[in-house]
Order: sequence, then C-alpha cells, then structure tokens
Amino acid sequence: MNLPSPESASLPATPHINCGSPGEVSSLEVHDLTVAYQKKPVLWGIDLAVPPGRLVGIVGPNGAGKSTLIKAAMGMLPLSSGWVKVFGQPVRKSLRRIGYVPQRESVDWDFPVSVMDVVLMGRYGQLGLLRRPRKRDREIARECLDKVKMLPYANRQISNLSGGQQQRVFLARALAQESDLYFMDEPFAGVDAATETAIITLLHELRDRGKTLLVVHHDLPTARDYFDTLLLLNMRVVAFGDTDKVFTHDLLQKTYGGRLTILSEVAHVVGQRGGSAKVP
Amino acid sequence: MTRSLKFALPVLFTLCAALASAHADRIGDLGEVTIREQALRFVSLQDPTVRYAVLGSVLLGITCGLLGSFIVVRKMALVGDALSHAVLPGVALGFLWHTSKDPLAIFIGATVAGLLGTVVVGLVQQTTRLKEDTALGMVLATFFAVGVCLMTMIQRLPTGNKSGLEKFLFGQAAAIGPDDLQLMAVVTGLTLLAVFVLYKEFLVTSFDEGFARASGFPARVIHYTLMLLLAGAVVIALQAVGVVLVSAMLITPAAAAYLLTDRMNRMLWLSAGFGMLAGVAGAFFSFLGPSLPTGPFMVLGATAVFGGAFFFGPRHGLVTRWWRQRSRAQRVQRENTLKSVYHVLEGRQFQGEGVSLRELAERRRETVEEARQQAAELCRHALATLHEEGNLIFLTPAGWQLACAIVRNHRLWELYLTNAAQIAADHVHEDAERIEHVLGEEVVRELERRLDYATQDPHGRPIPSWADLRQGAAPNVRPDDTVGYGSSI
Repeated sequence: MNLPSPESASLPATPHINCGSPGEVSSLEVHDLTVAYQKKPVLWGIDLAVPPGRLVGIVGPNGAGKSTLIKAAMGMLPLSSGWVKVFGQPVRKSLRRIGYVPQRESVDWDFPVSVMDVVLMGRYGQLGLLRRPRKRDREIARECLDKVKMLPYANRQISNLSGGQQQRVFLARALAQESDLYFMDEPFAGVDAATETAIITLLHELRDRGKTLLVVHHDLPTARDYFDTLLLLNMRVVAFGDTDKVFTHDLLQKTYGGRLTILSEVAHVVGQRGGSAKVP
Repeated sequence: MTRSLKFALPVLFTLCAALASAHADRIGDLGEVTIREQALRFVSLQDPTVRYAVLGSVLLGITCGLLGSFIVVRKMALVGDALSHAVLPGVALGFLWHTSKDPLAIFIGATVAGLLGTVVVGLVQQTTRLKEDTALGMVLATFFAVGVCLMTMIQRLPTGNKSGLEKFLFGQAAAIGPDDLQLMAVVTGLTLLAVFVLYKEFLVTSFDEGFARASGFPARVIHYTLMLLLAGAVVIALQAVGVVLVSAMLITPAAAAYLLTDRMNRMLWLSAGFGMLAGVAGAFFSFLGPSLPTGPFMVLGATAVFGGAFFFGPRHGLVTRWWRQRSRAQRVQRENTLKSVYHVLEGRQFQGEGVSLRELAERRRETVEEARQQAAELCRHALATLHEEGNLIFLTPAGWQLACAIVRNHRLWELYLTNAAQIAADHVHEDAERIEHVLGEEVVRELERRLDYATQDPHGRPIPSWADLRQGAAPNVRPDDTVGYGSSI
C-alpha cells in the first residue's frame, strides 16, 4: 500500500468508512481538530465521522493523544482549531446524549460515597442544575448496577472494591446516563478476566441497541477481537475503518512507528489468524 | 441527602435570618473576676457579650465545618491555609479605608485580598512550571508579610480607633459585636443555602471533575462558588479565630468527621457539629481569663475532637482497634484453655471427676499458677466452675459446647487439609491451630458434608459431633448444680 508521508495534511489512501446512507447524521463528526498543550500539538488535523451503531476501538502508542481525542470531542479541552459535532449539533448542546467512562485512576477511591451514590451521579446530567435525584433515578441506578452484577454492593463504600469492581461501577454510572454516544477511557485497564468478558459483552449489547461507542484501548492483540471498527491514532488519524480492513501490518507499523516489540507481537497475531478473520 | 436535612435546614436558615436583623446592646466589659465567676457568667448566657461570643462561635463552627468537609475531600486543605493568610492585607486596607473597625469594610477588603491571592496562585501555576503547593506556599507568605507590614503601619498611625485590630491575628470571641454577628449570620446562611441547593453539584465535581464536566456541569463556576464561600468563612472567622489559625477550624473538624463516616452527607453534619463544639469550647476557655486569645483554644478544641475520633472512632480508631485485637486474643486464649481441658478429659476416656489445675498445667506445659489464672478467666465467662478449694475445673454446658466445637473445628480442618489439599498429616496441626477459632457454623457444616461426615481426624482421634455439642449438660451432673463433662460421652 502506498501510504502518504506523515507531514501531509490529508490522508487520501487511508481507508475510511462510508458514512452510511447519504442522509444519515453521524453520531460524532470531527473536522480539522487540533489540540495543543502549551503550544505543543498533541492532535493534529483530525477528521472523523462515526456513523451510529459502531463499536470503535481507539488504538495507538503512548502519547498518541487517545485520551486527549475523547476529551476534546466532549468539549473538555480548548481546541486550537476545528469543530466537533455530536448528532449534528455542537457538542455543548448534546452533552446529555453523551456518556463517559473516565480512567479509573482519575478519582480518589477513598472518597466518602457509596457505590449507589456514584452510579446516581450518572443521572445528574439528565437532571441538570439544582434538581435532585428522584425515586425513578434510583430505580434506574439499581437496574444499571444489576446489569454489571454489582447490585449486592450498592451500599458499600467505594474504597472496599477491587479494580474490576471499580470499573463495573464506572460502567454502571455510564449506563445510568442513558446516552446514545459513549466515550470510554481504557475500561479494560487492570481488570480481572471475568470483568473483561462482562464489559465486552455489555459493549456489544449497547452497540446492538444502536449506541455508538468510542473506546480507548491499549492492548493490540485483543483490540482485533473486541471492536468492529478501529481508529489507529498517532497524533493524526492513521486509519479509520472496519477492523479487518484496518488491522494490517502496514497500517499498524505506520501507527506505532519503530516500536518493534509491539510490532512483532502484532505480526504474530496477524499471521496466526489471517487477514480477514472478524469477530461476529 | 437525608430527610432530616430538609427539616433542619429551614430552621437554621430562619435562625440566621433572625440573627442578621438582630440589634443589641454594647459589649459588656470584662472586669476583675475569678475564673469561677467567669465560667458561671458564660454558662448562664445572661451577659450579651457571652451571647454574642457563643452565637458567633456556633455560626462559625457550622460554616467552617460544612465548607471544610468539601475542602478536605477536594484535597484543598492548603488552599484554605493560603486563603486565610492572604486576607490579612485586605483586613488592614479595609481598616485604613474607614480608619475604624467597620466589619463591612474589613469584609470587603479581606474578600478581595483572598480572591486576589487565589488568582495569583492560579497565574503562577498556569504561566510557569511550578506546581500548586509551591505557588500556594509563596503566595501565603507574601500576602501575610504585606499584611503584617500594613498592620504595623496602622499601629503607628496617630489617628483613629485602632483598638482590637491586633485581635485579628489570634482572635477574640469576646470582641464579637452585633455587626459582626449579622455578617456571620449572612455568610452562614449563604453557606447553608449553597450546600443544600448545590449539594449534588459540589459532590460530583469533588469526586470526579472530568465526569462532572462531561455531564455538563460548569466545574469551574462551582469551584469558584466554593472559593467565594470559603473566603467568606475565613473573613467571619477572623474575629474569633484570627488569621493564623483559621485554616485549622476549616480542616480539623472535617478531618475528624472523615475518620468517623464514609458518606458525604453524614460527614457534613458531623463536621458542622464538631465545628460548633470546638467553637463554643474555644470561646468558653478564652473567656475564663482576661484577654486570652480565642483562636488557639478553638483550634485545640477541634484537635481534641479529632483526637477522640483518631483514638476512639468505632471503625478506625487506634484504641478501638487495639481493644478489638486484645479481646480477640483473649478469646483465643480461652478457647485454647477449653481445648486443653477437653484433651485431658479425652485422655482418660471422659472418666472421673473434674480436671485438676495440675493436669491442665501439665497439658499446657505451664505452671499451676498460670493454669489457675486461665481457669479463673473461664469462670469469669461462665464457661467453667472451680471446686474442691479451687483445684478442680468443671465445664458448664456453654463451656462444654465451646470446647467440643473448637476441637471439632481443629480436627475437621486437619482432615480437610490432608484429604482435599493432600498435605501430610504431620503438617496440618499449625494451620488448624489458627483456623479453629474463626470457622463459622456454615463453613463447618460444608466441611462435614465434603468430608462425608467423617468421625475420625487424620491422627485417628474421634471428631466431636453435633450431637456431642448439643448434649451439653452431661449425664453426671453434680448435685450442687454444677455440670460435669459427661463420662458417658
């Protein structure tokens, strides 16, 4: 494949998804997005259109801007250029349709709240300013806790949870947001195998219900199995498309550059399963 | 939040509103009086000075306790400290502007200086590579230095009523007047209102700011609302606690509450209560002598509350934990003694009378005196009785049951380890020694089921059955109502 040099602004040769039928509104549309930390660009000219009902894995090396991309997409960072639209609307107007699972380490797990309190926070966005959670919100929170099998822990303080349980609580909170577009920052980091399976089942279920999910993921070998769509990111969009079209040696090498250890690992995976294997 | 909040809040709020409009007489003078008279005067609350001081301390305690809780969980304790020091130049300038101790001028000056301090901290942080703690430390010291310079200048000024200004350093609750009280009531009212109305917003931004922002909450606005309230709290605390120690009134009651509960709403109430307690205690002690500073006493009061939580807190208290460990150790000791009694009885096929202290001592490889102490310990817990001039031990039904249970636990576990875990029979004793004291009934029943209701342990000794346990009162009960060990068992 003849790949363009990293310096070119557009990447004509990279596979991109056809954005469904012409009239369909993308769940997430990002145009010419550039984000800089102290004048050093972290993301550069990102163009992206994610159609509804996709489970997208965001993959790339450390410092590729994966977390930055989802934070910028939610309007949490100042943009140097470009714009973001969620369901055809500016992101500020669509926050209620966005669910978010931050990195587990981003909060203090000794905070004096119960598991139920945390999941209820998922309802806060729908409630808006000043209104308090009602009985209905508690019911929703309980249902969501049940979905991740954490209902027996509802009244525990969060510091008594294991890593996998903490991640389930965060997922339950995101479910309680009842959103159409989900951003998840490394939900598989540091969880046990049972939780990993539970999470991926849940993600597939959400996708099958027509939700769009963008999941930051740093484990390449599993990325291929978990996601139907991949976004290969390294400051720019290296490739975005169906997993079996994008998960190729050339594109991964372009994403990860000279990081040989990861590459040989990936080569192994690719060689093992062939180029067109796809998870149902 | 709890339902009690919904009832308590309007009451408190009305109280504050009423106080805000209250007017009263001039502050009473402190004459030459004894400590006892002063204490009486304080407790009777007849003197308006005392009433102002107490009310002021209560309001102050509530405000500091509520805001302090959020400061502690947001890890902003240092910010509170910096803010309190940063207000000093504002106090001095407010005084200079009016050349008298006008509470409103001082309030405005202090709030502006405090907010300016936080802005400078933010600026230093954003424009340099310095981290927050460094910026805070610098700003704190600089503002305080400027404040001290201004205060010294004012002291040298020929004009104006400058009495009481130095009280802002260490606080003087007795100097709280009706004007100060109005201001305190307003700030306390606003704080209560904010905590009540914005509880959800404060909670979510404190716990997970990123998530709060993604949910559409203006995290920065909420943060500055909290900072503004904090500045207000610091300013109303100045009169009573003084600049130097205000931060302790913010942090210490909240820290004590944090140790005692793991729910935010309970922490808020506990913290407000502790703040009130510390405030009134501080006012009381400073009242006992002429012109004693209030601040240090309030802070020490808060520290005493914290000490109480630290040592005696029901869950994490040091003494509580030590006590729990001690009683556990004693229980294990008792159970081991019972087990030894059982072994002695088993050694003679459960024949004969009670177990003598000498037999017990030999079995446990201890002196007779130690055996006597252990027997006495069993008697204290009604597990055994001593007879024949205190030389023979008889188990009570409860003692017999417990002894059987411990031996059964031990032998079941040994059997389980040898059968299921394939560990050699001579290696399982040590492990069983520990676990015999903690096995619950359900686990034991499950063990029995898995071991097919075996009756012998790996060393060939019989395992006491549930029937043995229930038998309790053995057949050869002594005539004087003492229960024996049961020779027929």
